[in-house]
Amino acid sequence: MSDQWVAVLSGGLSHERDVSLRSGRRLSTALRSVGLTVEEWDADSSLLTRLREHRPDAVVVALHGGEGENGSIQTIFEMLRIPFVGADSHACRRAWDKPTAKAELARAGLATPDWVVLPHSTFRELGAAPVLDAMVDRLGLPLMLKPDQGGSALGAHVVHDASELPAAMVGCLAYSETVLAERFVAGTEVAVTVIDTDGGPTALPAVEIVPERGVYDYTARYTAGLTDFHTPARLDERATAAVADLAVAAHKLLGLRDVSRTDAVVTPDGTAHFLEVNLSPGLTETSLLPMAIEASGQSLGEIYAALIDRAVARQAGDPQ
Amino acid sequence: MTHEPARRGSHSLDPHLHRYAARATGMTASEVRALFAVASRPEVVSLAGGMPNLAALPLDSLSAEVGELIAAEGLTALQYGSAHGVPALREHICDVMALEGITGHPDDMVVTVGSQMALDLVTRIFCDPGDVVLAEGPSYVGALGTFASYQADVVHVAMDDQGLQPEALREALAATQRAGRRVKFLYTVPTFQNPAGVTLAVSRRAEVLDICAAAGVLVVEDNPYGLLGFDGQTYPALRSMDHENVIYLGSFSKTFASGLRVGWALAPHAVREKLVLAAESAALCAPTLNQLIVSRYLETHDWKGQIKSFQQTYRERRDAMLSALEQHMPAGCTWTRPDGGFFVWLTVPEGVDTKAMQPRAVTQRVAYVPGTGFYADGFGSRQMRLSFCYPTPERITEGVRRLAGVLADEIDLLATFGPTASRLMSGPQTPSPDTE
Repeated sequence: MSDQWVAVLSGGLSHERDVSLRSGRRLSTALRSVGLTVEEWDADSSLLTRLREHRPDAVVVALHGGEGENGSIQTIFEMLRIPFVGADSHACRRAWDKPTAKAELARAGLATPDWVVLPHSTFRELGAAPVLDAMVDRLGLPLMLKPDQGGSALGAHVVHDASELPAAMVGCLAYSETVLAERFVAGTEVAVTVIDTDGGPTALPAVEIVPERGVYDYTARYTAGLTDFHTPARLDERATAAVADLAVAAHKLLGLRDVSRTDAVVTPDGTAHFLEVNLSPGLTETSLLPMAIEASGQSLGEIYAALIDRAVARQAGDPQ
Repeated sequence: MTHEPARRGSHSLDPHLHRYAARATGMTASEVRALFAVASRPEVVSLAGGMPNLAALPLDSLSAEVGELIAAEGLTALQYGSAHGVPALREHICDVMALEGITGHPDDMVVTVGSQMALDLVTRIFCDPGDVVLAEGPSYVGALGTFASYQADVVHVAMDDQGLQPEALREALAATQRAGRRVKFLYTVPTFQNPAGVTLAVSRRAEVLDICAAAGVLVVEDNPYGLLGFDGQTYPALRSMDHENVIYLGSFSKTFASGLRVGWALAPHAVREKLVLAAESAALCAPTLNQLIVSRYLETHDWKGQIKSFQQTYRERRDAMLSALEQHMPAGCTWTRPDGGFFVWLTVPEGVDTKAMQPRAVTQRVAYVPGTGFYADGFGSRQMRLSFCYPTPERITEGVRRLAGVLADEIDLLATFGPTASRLMSGPQTPSPDTE
């Protein structure tokens, strides 16, 4: 176990600030419980000064959305040569953008629901109705609409009828200028956490998500009791292996590091379909990663303390 | 609720889920509340919260007073008190209420933890599940939460820029009675209303009271802003016009210090008896120390001068907001022009859903409260509440400028996706107070 002092970065100005603050608090408590000295910092205009003056041994990013996952804050750490847990800025940029991540995985032959990506400007310039018609022709109904970037299901909509599309588009585009539309794939919804260990990226037990109201939206995610979770997921051996392989493959293909969480759907034929990957997974009381860690017989504090050790060793081995 | 306990091998994360009362059903996480988390950051201009501006309070002398109070009366100040409230404070409150024409007796008063607790107690002693409470549309969000927690159903009564419409009140009473529903009281913020910023015209006040009295319906008058008229003007409280049928709720949160949480209810004697018993079971008593602080403040400070200072502060901010709205808002927006209180009620062009637009506003670093929060029935999707009480005039101007940009982008988006893009989930359009 290390004796470093670490800064846990949470809050920020993204739409997910509230979730991030809760993640940060929980992670800080977990790290203190394994003997680390922890300071909780908001990502605000004093951050650079604090990093320079106090120079933590490592930073753990518990920021969700925006600067925390799109490579921006990672670039700052890289410039200041401060060790941090998580993927480097280049990998973050690639994985944070959902369409880019899907394209990488599809290119590698992995299953992901068919999709199209369109900015608001295309609808404005070509006319919304024909573009929406073409979208439905291509993807069928129901379909999934989500902002091309962001998490916590904010702005995401399952569209069952074409008449719902315009309103869903407006709701989605309130979060981002570009929308990702996906064919809706029905099946068992799972989240698989991957942790880097000395033995390479390792998948933790998959967590199966069964929202009481059928949709795993913001309310279902952050209201204890509105979703049932099964850990490990109620999958047969082959499907269990398939989702674990998919998550590890996503982790490797996207060049991720330390920790990631892949969200996927397993169809009745046992195929695991990649939905998206999270670079700074939620760590709240209702979040999926802590459940997976618990199911693996480890503790959140132990896992992250080991990742901090890896980050410090990585920086020490690469002083330039 | 009929949920089973968590199944073997599964986590429900809340093992008590099947035990909660039905009234807890709506207590869930929400995107709207989550988005407010950024409002506390200095980069964001928050036109959302209703926090009083306390900068003008004489903190040095207050600090000395509190020290002296504990030194001289600590054993009383730090002890339980009666649920009725500190007698000296109740005497002083009568002087405060007299400014709006109320002649109340200290014995008919209960001091509470803010007027919010007073409203909770009133609802507790009057409302059974399924009872109807009439409230202005829009109404104070904290009141709607209280009514929901007692499973009372809210029926809104339309307002215009002169406040509650008597004819709409008659219609609402007739409709609920036709439906065999039991109306327990009319809840109203008649002066400088939250959230609409409008004031019930003096010429309508007696009529509203007469309508309620004739229908056998109590009036609960919530009056936290009444002394904050920007020109020092006051309006006769409803309670000053009817001693028998009005329960009056008052507060020091806007005229002194919101953090002390001292408010009160003035009620007909028999009701007051029940309120005291309800207060005992809810909190034993309002904090004695805080009551004594308020009491001392009223004895030793120029509290009327302090209120004048607040009026000046809020007038400057109101002026900044109205001027910025005039300068920046796109065509099709209308808004109220309050002459007291904290809030402007903005109506946006048809099709714009202020709740759906909120993430865009957060991205542009400006916060407001979507109008749907002020209705119990899903109305208000075209409205928002803007507060001018806390930010500086310069920040208000900047916030309105940002908001105008957000609205322009949203209007552009709606132009792209057409009239059906207006989100059904936010409910129907609503008549609303404005200046048209």
